[in-house]
Amino acid sequence: MSKIEEIKPLRIDPKFRYEIARMPDGKNILQCFQCGTCTSDCPVARFNEKYRPRNIIRMAQLGLREKVLSSDFLWLCASCFTCTDRCPQGVEVASVIRALKNLAAIEGRIPQIFRAQLGNLLKTGYICEIPETRIRKRDSIGLPPLPKGDAEGIYRSLRDLRIMKVIGVAKA
Amino acid sequence: MSLNKYIIFLGCMIPYRALSYEVSARKVLQRLGVELVEMPEFNCCGLPLEPLSHEIMLILSARNLAIAEREGLNILTLCPGCAGTLKKTSRELKEDRVLRDMVNKHLSESGLKFSGSINVKHISQVLLEDVGLDRIKKTIVKPLKELVVAEHSGCHLSRPRKHIEFEDPENPKALKMLIEVTGAKCVEYIGETECCGATIAGIDDKVALSLVREKLNHIRDSGASMLITVCPSCHFMYDSNQIRVERMFGETYGIPVLHYTQLLGLAMGINVNDLGFDELRVSPAKVLDKIK
Repeated sequence: MSKIEEIKPLRIDPKFRYEIARMPDGKNILQCFQCGTCTSDCPVARFNEKYRPRNIIRMAQLGLREKVLSSDFLWLCASCFTCTDRCPQGVEVASVIRALKNLAAIEGRIPQIFRAQLGNLLKTGYICEIPETRIRKRDSIGLPPLPKGDAEGIYRSLRDLRIMKVIGVAKA
Repeated sequence: MSLNKYIIFLGCMIPYRALSYEVSARKVLQRLGVELVEMPEFNCCGLPLEPLSHEIMLILSARNLAIAEREGLNILTLCPGCAGTLKKTSRELKEDRVLRDMVNKHLSESGLKFSGSINVKHISQVLLEDVGLDRIKKTIVKPLKELVVAEHSGCHLSRPRKHIEFEDPENPKALKMLIEVTGAKCVEYIGETECCGATIAGIDDKVALSLVREKLNHIRDSGASMLITVCPSCHFMYDSNQIRVERMFGETYGIPVLHYTQLLGLAMGINVNDLGFDELRVSPAKVLDKIK
């Protein structure tokens, strides 16, 4: 037997759009008039039914904070910037979506891949683990040794950021 | 600042899976008399972590810019993503004093400081603007007249327009001009400026590989016998993932994907064995046979 879902009124945060507008490259979110250029030109939207940049912008404008920040599709933006370059209203759509991802991340909603990449970065300076076979191959084809990362320096440059505490990498 | 000497910024993807790009790039730049200096220390440009935090990206980029400033050299990158990110950070920090002071406060923790005294260019921008087509032409000893190729410049070489300021993202010409100077013919095809999907490969493989399939279908129809890229991530999607796409969608392609620097190296008469062809996943044999 299927359970009947209780319908709740959506929680609205009327100031949410101003919060986005204050973030880097976010200010033109207020100018979006929902023409849909971003979605019709989006390569991801062609292959994913849920990902619609226009809807994301609208949700943010309306203040549907929780709904948009908890959505999985937010993370599907490929950062190709086609929407940003083509928006007739000058909305930097990809940057607004990035701002939303940053807000989701601060709330602890972080896809695993980013935790792994940050972990690698703090160990070596590289976001991926470069296999030993690659290092040996470099040497065998006459490439110079790889530049080393200053792990301690990288950590010290980042440790005061709030996101580091959310992820739990900031040492006491 | 010198137009013949740069600090080379490899990024993460090149050492991880595109040694063929690095080795061929170093060979052709040497032929052109462009001197490369290694980064004394390195960290990721920050692009992959920007979805997590814009500030992390700014700080990571600024660290690299500050290191290059200390060396007094402009940066040359092989990855358009790295170039775009470093350019964007440099611009943002130059324009916004408050942001610059914030970032420099983080950098001071490890004795670095950003002041904005150097420029960043992707190799294709260096080749076109600083080396110039005339100088490249003089190094061509074996024009590749037999080759018909398609190009894929990649999004971050020109987008977002306001940060990159290199070429028209709606009608990119840089790579086409660079290909034509080798003697090869560059064909046009549908969806040339479409994204390769690399940035979401770890999030939704189905979408990413669907984008690869669409692109490879158009290239197959274009009459080109190979694809030329200037980005390690685009290259990975079309070369290494080509077999996965063939299996997933029941397609057959066999389209070799070369880094532009490999193509240029061939035209310069550099020995094939020195250009990293053995690293390619899709066999380049049919390309190499044509120019024998």
